[in-house]
Amino acid sequence: MALPEPRTQSRGETASAGEPSSGMVRTLGRKIRRRLVSVPLLGWLMAGIVSVALEQALGARLASALGLPKIPVLFFLGVVKEPSLAPQTLAYVAFIYVLPCWLVARLATPVANAAASALLRLPLIVTAALHIALLYGSLHYWTELSDYRLLTVKLTLIGIILTFSLNLINGYMGEFSCSHPGFMALGAYGASLVSVPLFGKSVLFAGSPLLPAALGPYAFPVALAAGGALAAAGALLVAVPSFRTRGDYLAIVSLAFMFIVKSAVENTEVVGGPRGLAGQPDWATLPAVFAVTLLCIWIINNFVTSTMGKALNAVRDNEIAAEAMTVDTRRTKTIAFLFGAFWAGVAGGLFAHVLRYINPAMFGIQQLAEVLAMVYFGGLNSVYGSIVGAVSINLMSEMFRPLEMFKWIAIPLLLILVMIYRPLGLVAFKDFDLRTLFGPGEPEA
Amino acid sequence: MTFFLQNVVNALQWGSFYGLIALGYSMVYSILMLFNFAHGDIFMTGSYIGVGVATGLVALARTGALVLPNWIILVLTILISMFLTALLGIAVERVAYRPLREAPRASAAITGLMVGIILETGNLILLGAQRVKFPSLIEPASYEVAGVFVTNKKILIVGLSLALMLLLHLFVKRTKWGMAMRAMAFDYAVVPLQGVPLNRVTVLTFAIGSALAAVAGIFFGIAYPVLDPNMGILFGWKAFVAAILGGRGSILGACLAGFLLGFIEVFVATIFPSTLRDLIAYSLILLILVFRPHGFFGEAYSAQLRL
Repeated sequence: MALPEPRTQSRGETASAGEPSSGMVRTLGRKIRRRLVSVPLLGWLMAGIVSVALEQALGARLASALGLPKIPVLFFLGVVKEPSLAPQTLAYVAFIYVLPCWLVARLATPVANAAASALLRLPLIVTAALHIALLYGSLHYWTELSDYRLLTVKLTLIGIILTFSLNLINGYMGEFSCSHPGFMALGAYGASLVSVPLFGKSVLFAGSPLLPAALGPYAFPVALAAGGALAAAGALLVAVPSFRTRGDYLAIVSLAFMFIVKSAVENTEVVGGPRGLAGQPDWATLPAVFAVTLLCIWIINNFVTSTMGKALNAVRDNEIAAEAMTVDTRRTKTIAFLFGAFWAGVAGGLFAHVLRYINPAMFGIQQLAEVLAMVYFGGLNSVYGSIVGAVSINLMSEMFRPLEMFKWIAIPLLLILVMIYRPLGLVAFKDFDLRTLFGPGEPEA
Repeated sequence: MTFFLQNVVNALQWGSFYGLIALGYSMVYSILMLFNFAHGDIFMTGSYIGVGVATGLVALARTGALVLPNWIILVLTILISMFLTALLGIAVERVAYRPLREAPRASAAITGLMVGIILETGNLILLGAQRVKFPSLIEPASYEVAGVFVTNKKILIVGLSLALMLLLHLFVKRTKWGMAMRAMAFDYAVVPLQGVPLNRVTVLTFAIGSALAAVAGIFFGIAYPVLDPNMGILFGWKAFVAAILGGRGSILGACLAGFLLGFIEVFVATIFPSTLRDLIAYSLILLILVFRPHGFFGEAYSAQLRL
């Protein structure tokens, strides 16, 4: 499915310029925006650490002083559940998160900017390592306070892998693939079939682990890779018939493939059939999921900036021209598709080990709608878009959870609006450049 | 042999549902090159509208204000539901597809998918998860022809479906509006320059497709009187695959693929355990697409020919 040239209107900040809004609001918005971009990433990470430390030290006491039953787990998102506690929750969020962030952004920006400039002179890997350490540190201590937070963060990170790998196919390659839940299922079952018989406890297999548990941490990457490889092998079945011809056949073939995988798993009694498969060992800790997510972003980003990735963009923009410029279109598309499927399989393996229970009903149309929503909400052809899409859809679906069914009205409506006003997603076609990302903020004029 | 023929009769009925739904997908796909992912849920909504209209008319007849025999109620139900569902289809086009006509087709597919989810959830919220029963309007009767049992419902459903398909075929081939549709399917960009009103043809396409989906929904209600909100998903996606299998822009192809899907499903369910139905049906479809990538009657084309 070919994407047209991204028009300037949907590209960046200019989109809001055409909309009718009063001058004052626009000036204020621009002012806030300038203030925000003047703080480097390092400054925000420092602010995050401060907030988390503050919550560790004062959170519980502050919550009880405000009359909250417990600390608000996901910022103010719980307000939907208990509107009566809204003022207290907002006060808590303001005191723990907004105020420290504002203060740090206000006071530490010169320091952070100087540090960021100094860090840029060091090798990029050192700078990156420092940023990652700060990010991981704040996530680690933030999730320590609640298991629900931990689960949400893990699922969001898995969502990022899924979104980015589908973005590779639907965004960078410009096809329309519907088989991601199928690849996830293959990955989840593939990884579980390595881990459950060898290390887990399951009524379906020997019953007791075959290998000592000490080997577990080494076996987890093997299990994930096995799941990914199984998903890639399945992707080959889709790719061979679909990429022989141009057009929309990938959409149909991949959709059929998704149903085939689901139905095949349901009919395989060895893996539990429709009842599902439980007993995965508890390997998917936060560091493990975080590391795999980083690895995924790094590797796929390297892939799309490589010659192969440029060929992929060329195939999307004009297949005939790409072919004329010596791009082997069929080979390029097949490799990219298998690559995306591999990472979907890895995400599926992580998913299985986070929930420690899987059944075929998890990998159906609803999962497809969710993954597609994350990709198109965030933005095509962009790392930032994948992250924004996965994080916002995941947080929104946690936020609207108390609304039960209205959740599935609110999120689709929002997505329709995004599609109408920004058809390529919120942050589409934005280059991912580490030096700009880690560099000092733009000075306030 | 009688066993086989009996299943043929069942498959014909099952295939009529798929065929009627697939037509709606196929028409939108051929004219706008768009996957109308909301169509399955339009079918579901259409059948609920049918239940509402039929229940209302039955209640009206019972009060004695009007003398309505059951067959008039049935005809009225079909006509009114077709009209209302066509309006729904037009509304969906207005909200989800028209604002995105210049956008990438994938984005429009996403809005369609989301509208489908909204319709389905809206139904769950309005009516709850309990299943709704279609009022029985036809006195069941069964005839035995050469050892094969045929009910009057099946004759009605298959006969009317075939008649509607023929009617649509004639409409597309013989009338001026049909010619406009075929021309737009041939070249979306140039035809409006020749004075064909693009928006009106599009609206007409959505209206016809949705009206046919409503008929399929009512027939489904007559044959299997219990409706549930998930039937849009269950039938819609399969009919979508059937529409593509028929080939782009081919009414005959979409109908044939719908009936083929019906045959595959009914025969798989009678020969194998019925849990294998989806697995075998989709595998066969995949196999057909390997050998005929453009479907039964589709012509080779490139999606990039479209703007």
